[in-house]
Amino acid sequence: MSPKPGQVDRAGLVHAMSDIFEGLKAAFWLLVALDRDLVEITLRSLQVSLSALVIASAIGLPFGTWLAIRRFRHRRTAIAVMNALMGLPPVVVGLVVYMLFSRTGPFGVFGLLFTPAAMIIAQVIIITPLIASIAHQSMRELWADYHDLLISLNTGHWQRIRTLMWDGRRALLTASLAGFGRAIGEVGAIMIVGGNIDHATRVLTTAIALETGKGDFALALGLGCVLIGLAIVVNLAIHRLSRTERDGRW
Amino acid sequence: MVDTILPLVLTGAVAKRRGKRLIGPIDAEIGPVGFTIVMGPNGSGKTTLLRLMHGLQRLAEGTVDWQGTQIDVQKRQAYVFQNPIMLRRSVKENLSYPLSLRGVSKSSATKTVNDWAGRIHLDRALEQDAMMLSGGEKQKLALARALIQKPDVLFLDEPCANLDGRATREIEELLLETSRAGTRIVMATHDMGQARRLATDVMFMLQGNLHEFGAAKQFFAQPETPQARAFLNGDIIE
Repeated sequence: MSPKPGQVDRAGLVHAMSDIFEGLKAAFWLLVALDRDLVEITLRSLQVSLSALVIASAIGLPFGTWLAIRRFRHRRTAIAVMNALMGLPPVVVGLVVYMLFSRTGPFGVFGLLFTPAAMIIAQVIIITPLIASIAHQSMRELWADYHDLLISLNTGHWQRIRTLMWDGRRALLTASLAGFGRAIGEVGAIMIVGGNIDHATRVLTTAIALETGKGDFALALGLGCVLIGLAIVVNLAIHRLSRTERDGRW
Repeated sequence: MVDTILPLVLTGAVAKRRGKRLIGPIDAEIGPVGFTIVMGPNGSGKTTLLRLMHGLQRLAEGTVDWQGTQIDVQKRQAYVFQNPIMLRRSVKENLSYPLSLRGVSKSSATKTVNDWAGRIHLDRALEQDAMMLSGGEKQKLALARALIQKPDVLFLDEPCANLDGRATREIEELLLETSRAGTRIVMATHDMGQARRLATDVMFMLQGNLHEFGAAKQFFAQPETPQARAFLNGDIIE
C-alpha cells in the first residue's frame, strides 16, 4: 500500500536504512581488506587534492595577506571579486579548463586533458579564491592590531607580509584546511577534465558518482565513508603537525 | 650618517582627518637634550602631536624637519603606544624582532635580548607568550623593545596609564636612565606628579593647539595662560 501524502513511507525508510547499513559494512570490508582499487583511488584523491592545496596556498595565502595591508585604487572591487570567486561553480571551471586544454585549445599542446595534472589545475582555480578570501579576512584583523607597530618599526612591505603570515599562521592553516575540504569533496570539475578513467584519473568522488549511477548505493556509500574518514584524518594530521592546540592560549 | 637627527622643527604643522583639522598649526623645536612632557586635557591633541612628529600621522600642512636622511630619521626613533602592541610571539621573540629587522646576527641579538630581559625583570619569562603578560609587564616589554633599537628619540604615549605605583616607578626609573644615557624623550601623560618628576620642558596642548611650550620649572611655577593655570589647579578645562 502506497503512503498517503505527508505520511512517512516506512518501507522506503527501512530500505534506505538497510542501504546505509550495507554501505557502512562495505566501507568496513573495503578498509579491512585494503582493497587495491580503493587504495589506488584514495591515494590519487590525496595526490590531486594535496597538490592543489599546496599550490593554491602558495598563491592564496600571500595574496590574501598582501590585499589586507596594501591600499590601492579599486581595492574594494578586487576584494569583492575575490569573495565572489569563492562561489565559482566547479562545473563551469571544469568546462573552461577543458576548453583551454582540449586538443584545439590554447594549451592543448601540453596534452594534459584527462590527466591528474588537469584535475589539479581545475582544483587550484576553485580553491585559491576561497583560501585567499579567508586568509584576507583574518590577516585584515591582525593588520589592524599590528598596523601602528609595524609602521613605527619602519618595516618594509615584505617584512610586514612575513610577520603577519607567521603570527597569523593558525588562521592561515584554517584557510588552507577549508580549501582542502572543498578540493577533496569536489566532483564536477574533475569529472569533466579528468574523465573518471579507471587506473588513471578516477578519484573517490568520481567513483562515488559512478557507483551511484550504476545503482550500487552500498559501494557508493562505502566510498563516501572512506572520503569522510580521509578528510578527518588529514585535518587531524595537519592540526597535530602544526601544534595548533598545544600552543594555544587556553 | 649624522650624529643626531635632532633638532626636530615643526613649522605650521597641521594634521587633518577627512578634511577636519585635528591639531595645528604648530610651531615648535625639540632640541637634542631633555625630557619633554606633553600635557593637556583629553582630546587636546597630545597623541596626534606625538604621532605627527613620529610620522604615524600624515602631515596636512606645514613641515616636520629632522636632521639627516629619511632612512636615518626613521631608524633612529621609536614609539611606545598607550596600549602596548604585543606581537603574538614569546617575550624573547618580541624583544628580538626589531633586531632581526635590522639584520643583527642571532648570537648578538640573543645577548642583547637576555640583557634587556634582565633589566625589565622578565628574564624568567623569556619563553612565555607575550600576550599572557600583565599590563605592567607588557608595557615594560614594549618599552624595552623600543629601547633595544637604541633610538635617538623615544616617543611615549601615556605609558603608565592604568598601571599601579610599582610598575609606574619601574618604568620611570628606566626612562630616567635612558634619558641620562642621551636618548631624547617626548612623552604624553595625564599624571601631574609624573610630569613634575620627569619633565625638563613641557608642551601644553589645548583644543589642538600648542598653548604653552617652555621649561618645566617655569611652567609649573608660573604658567603663562589662565587655561594652563586652571589645568594645573585641577580645574576642568575643555
